[in-house]
Amino acid sequence: MIHEGALALDPLVVAVILAMAGVTAVTKVGGLWLLSRIEVSDRLEAGLSVLPGAIVIAILGPELAAGGPAEWGAAGLVVLVMWRTENILLALCAGVGAVVLFRAIG
Amino acid sequence: MRSESRTGDEAARLSTATSREAGPSDETDGERAAGPDRAPVPFDRRGVRAGFLTCVPIALGVGGYGIAFGVLATQAGLSVAEAAMMSALVLAGASQIVAVELWADPIPIAAIVATTFAINLRYSLMGAALQPWFRHLSAGRRYGSLLLMADENWALTMRDFKAGNRRGAFLLGSGIAIWIFWVGATIVGALFGGTVGDPAAYGFDFILAAVFVALAAELWEGRSTLVPWLVALGTAVLAADLLPGRWYILLGGLVAASVEVIRYDP
Repeated sequence: MIHEGALALDPLVVAVILAMAGVTAVTKVGGLWLLSRIEVSDRLEAGLSVLPGAIVIAILGPELAAGGPAEWGAAGLVVLVMWRTENILLALCAGVGAVVLFRAIG
Repeated sequence: MRSESRTGDEAARLSTATSREAGPSDETDGERAAGPDRAPVPFDRRGVRAGFLTCVPIALGVGGYGIAFGVLATQAGLSVAEAAMMSALVLAGASQIVAVELWADPIPIAAIVATTFAINLRYSLMGAALQPWFRHLSAGRRYGSLLLMADENWALTMRDFKAGNRRGAFLLGSGIAIWIFWVGATIVGALFGGTVGDPAAYGFDFILAAVFVALAAELWEGRSTLVPWLVALGTAVLAADLLPGRWYILLGGLVAASVEVIRYDP
């Protein structure tokens, strides 16, 4: 099951991972540290709290726009299964299965 | 706090999974009587254990995203070891999935690091919310625990603290559970992703879009989310046409956050 190169570590990839880990650690530790020094306004807090959802939508928008009815239908099914079951693996399997089916039909 | 309403729902949904764990909280009744601010916040093995056991059912769900991340990471060209390393050191699901979405040759380092930072900025707010309890802990325990913070175990920890428990090590214990399942699932997904031939033949090219649709379904907070999301959508579609690379992702997020700051109505 383990294919060739599974354990490979490219120095540049490792550097990017370390940089990601660094900025993430700053965000995790920084809030509590900053709080004793400055006051985060509710206004700024409201803006920051929409960031993750907005970025996910910003990724999805152009990607789904480039797709067709098969992808849109499958995406709708993923939303439906997530809302009904809140089971990510089930939703992903349903979405991938649906896209194969819809592409075969269309 | 907006992010709390989301994670509040999350916590409510998880409450059935954790209600059987109500026993140990009784022993803190005496401390609670001493007042919320003056009572000590013990940091001990019992807190680690309670956090870990409470979080295991939730960590199983985190594993679902971990498998998806592992598959996507290998499809983006990362080795199993690199994918596992990213999960072990970064430990922030959505930002890792976005990073492998951005992955290309040559690696767009600035875009990846800046987007990771933007997505994870919410952790600053979440960490700050722990202040009433964490200020009783030493700096090492406080910041060490925060490194293992993820959305799920933060929500569980806030719920535990607000219920009157003062188990300082709860975030650490629940974070250990998240870490084990996240890294383990990444390895499983990465091993599996490496064995797939042509991704499109099995609809695997759709996994990434499906993961983001699922993330969006979880991040939806009701009508308050509608305006920022429409702004993000419009900005991203427009910017994807006009700008090179993947900068439209970060731009869409930042414009939506700015609009939210401007239209904020206390």
